[in-house]
Amino acid sequence: MFLGILPVIVGVILLTGLLIELLPADQVAGWFGHNNFLDALTGAVAGSISAGHPVSSYLLGGELLAKGVSLVAVTAFIVSWVTVGSIQLPAEGVLLGWRFALLRNLLCFLSSILVAVLTVATLGLAS
Amino acid sequence: MEHKQEKAKGFAGLLFMLSVMTLYGVVFLLNEQLARDALDYAGKLLSRLAPVLALVFILFFLSNLLIRPAWVRTHVGQHSGLKGWTVALFGGMLSVGPVYPWYALLGDLREKGMRSGLSAVFLYSRAIKLPLLPVMIHYFGLAYTLVLVAYLLLFSLLNGMAIEKLLTR
Repeated sequence: MFLGILPVIVGVILLTGLLIELLPADQVAGWFGHNNFLDALTGAVAGSISAGHPVSSYLLGGELLAKGVSLVAVTAFIVSWVTVGSIQLPAEGVLLGWRFALLRNLLCFLSSILVAVLTVATLGLAS
Repeated sequence: MEHKQEKAKGFAGLLFMLSVMTLYGVVFLLNEQLARDALDYAGKLLSRLAPVLALVFILFFLSNLLIRPAWVRTHVGQHSGLKGWTVALFGGMLSVGPVYPWYALLGDLREKGMRSGLSAVFLYSRAIKLPLLPVMIHYFGLAYTLVLVAYLLLFSLLNGMAIEKLLTR
C-alpha cells in the first residue's frame, strides 16, 4: 500500500514546486484591499490554492495584516491554507474517495470563512 | 476485492505522477528556468519530507502488523462513540508533516472500518499545529490564538459530522 502511494506523493511534491514558483508570496498580497466580505473570500481562495508549510501562512498573514489587510481576510487565508488542500486534492481523491475529498474540501472552504468571521466577532465582543 | 482496489489506486497514482511530469515537460519547453526552479524547490521539499515519509512508512508497517480490523472498529469504527471522536481529534493535532502521506494511512484504516467522519475530523484538526502556536501568538496575540484554536476544534467536529451525514445520504 505505501509503495503504491509513492507516485502520488512524488506527483504532489512536483506540482507544489511548480505552483510555488508560479505564485510567489508577495504576489498574493496584491489580491486584497476591497471590502471585508470580498477580502475574506479572497483570503479563503488564496489560502486554498496556496501550498507550503503552515508557518508560511502565519508569516504571510502577519505581513498582510501589517499592510492593512483586514483580520477577517487574514484569518480566512491562514485557516483555508491548512484545511483546504486543492493541490493535494488528486491524492486525497485517489486514496480516500473523490466524493469524500470534494465534499470535505468544499466544507473546509466554507468553514474557513465562517471561522474567520466568528473569530473576529468573538474578539470584538471580548474587547 | 481489496487487492483489486489497491491495484486501481496504484494505477491512478502512477497516471497522476505521469501527468505532472508531462506538465513539467510542457513548462520546460515554454520557460526552462521556471521548470528548473520548480524542480529545485520540489527536490528540496522531498529531502525535507524524507524523515516524515520514513515515519509514515514505519506507521504503515506497524499498522499492518498490529492494527486489526477489530481494533479499528472498536476505536474509530461505527460504534466507537465519544472515544472515536477524541482519538481522531487529538490524532490530527499530534500528526506531523505534510498531509498527503496521512491520506494513505487513513485510507488503510478506512478499509479496516474507520468512520469517514472521523477521517474528516483528523484532517481538519491538523490545522492546529501545537509546535507552531508560539509563532501564531507572536504575530496575532494570545487572545486571537486561543479563540481561533477553540473554533478550529469545534469546526473539526462539525465538519466530521457533516461529512458523515452527507456521505450516508
